[in-house]
Amino acid sequence: MDVTFLAGMFQSLLKGLPLTLNLWLLSLAGGGCLALLLNLMRQSRVGNAVAGAYVFVFRGTPLLIQIFMIYYGLAGFGVIRHSILWPFLREPYWCGLLALVLNDAAYTSEILRGGLRAVPRGTVEAGRVSGMGRIAILRRITLPLAIRQALPAYSNEIISMLKATALVSTITLMDITGIARAAISETWRAVEILLCAAVIYLALSIIVTRLCGWLERRLSPWHFGRTTP
Amino acid sequence: MGEIGLLGFGPDGWGLVLAKAGLMTLAVSVAAFLCGLVLGTLVAWARIGGNAVLRALAEAYTVTLRGVPDILVIYLFYFGGRQVVAAVGTALGFAGPFDISGFAAGMLAIGLISAAGQSEVLRGAYQAVPKGTIEAGRVCGMGRFTLFRRVIAPQAMVTALPGMGNQWQSVIKESALVSVTGLVETMRQVSVAAGTTQEHFLFYAAGAGIYLVITTLSDQLFRLAERRSLRGHPGTGTGA
Repeated sequence: MDVTFLAGMFQSLLKGLPLTLNLWLLSLAGGGCLALLLNLMRQSRVGNAVAGAYVFVFRGTPLLIQIFMIYYGLAGFGVIRHSILWPFLREPYWCGLLALVLNDAAYTSEILRGGLRAVPRGTVEAGRVSGMGRIAILRRITLPLAIRQALPAYSNEIISMLKATALVSTITLMDITGIARAAISETWRAVEILLCAAVIYLALSIIVTRLCGWLERRLSPWHFGRTTP
Repeated sequence: MGEIGLLGFGPDGWGLVLAKAGLMTLAVSVAAFLCGLVLGTLVAWARIGGNAVLRALAEAYTVTLRGVPDILVIYLFYFGGRQVVAAVGTALGFAGPFDISGFAAGMLAIGLISAAGQSEVLRGAYQAVPKGTIEAGRVCGMGRFTLFRRVIAPQAMVTALPGMGNQWQSVIKESALVSVTGLVETMRQVSVAAGTTQEHFLFYAAGAGIYLVITTLSDQLFRLAERRSLRGHPGTGTGA
């Protein structure tokens, strides 16, 4: 093993870390908002059908095909090329982010739906009796209970999204995987380079697992045999 | 409507080629899933019944494969496999260039990834088997293998089915990543078709359609299996 090569490789791979983190956090934020919207839509019959179809399509197809569809496919429509969105959709960064957001929203909305279903009816009724409006009930009763319920499943989704960001390297973006890919075609020392990249991703995912575990224990201490947070 | 004709089975149509690519996706997914099943069973076994060293190894394996992007694992097998084959080949005195099959690299890589998930499902299913039934089997004088075949497996299979269905769905979607090795499966074939005809959206949409058909049909199959496996269980109903 060539230590200087590995150290140098680590340094150049870490230059892709900001982009990976950026895509990861923004796609989670965007996907989370869209997931909430999809769940609110489910209250009407038409909205329910639309949300169901959305989830079906985005969960039933590979993310890679969604990325390519947005990056290569949308450019084929004159309407989009002449719209104000074109300066964004021309850039691989925005296409990648859009695909990640849309994909994450489908998975997160299902996780959130499970959490919402677990909210006891009585708590919502109690809120209504106390004179809370719909927004106040959502903000102070339904969402806190649902999020707590959904946290274990959501922590898996957070890690899946970290892994999913690696796919944007296929549309020329230089995240950690993109830099690794370029370095492989320069040096042909694939195994060393890929192991370096894997170590960075692994460290990130272990940190997230720990943080989520800590948050879970804090939010529902009674599950872990403690009464005060 | 000339564009839709591109998806047909006529002389200019890509229909036949895409159908073949769909079958290749199915083939590589099934191979990878079985690979993952064998390895996943071993990993689950190590985590349940192994000694401390085996348990730690199995746990490290699961954590690693679940924390590293799938595409890196596939690159590792493809490029790394080529490196190894080239090194061995040169050492044995063969003349290059060396290459390895994208199918084998993809199958092994996705199998390894899936094994991590499958081992968790299997472990959970084993833990849900009532301990009394295992003890009862032991008391009746069953050996380890008989106990597994007649008591543990039938009960664990029922619990494991929904989780295994999810793992299979992931495998199908991960199989699209094998396209980076050049294996001509759905993803690769629609990229080629899109590049040739310049009808990018049409062909990627067709590709998405192929994946949807595969995932939906296999989901139905898993549900059917689930219903069958619940036959005769009290309280679950037969038609539900």
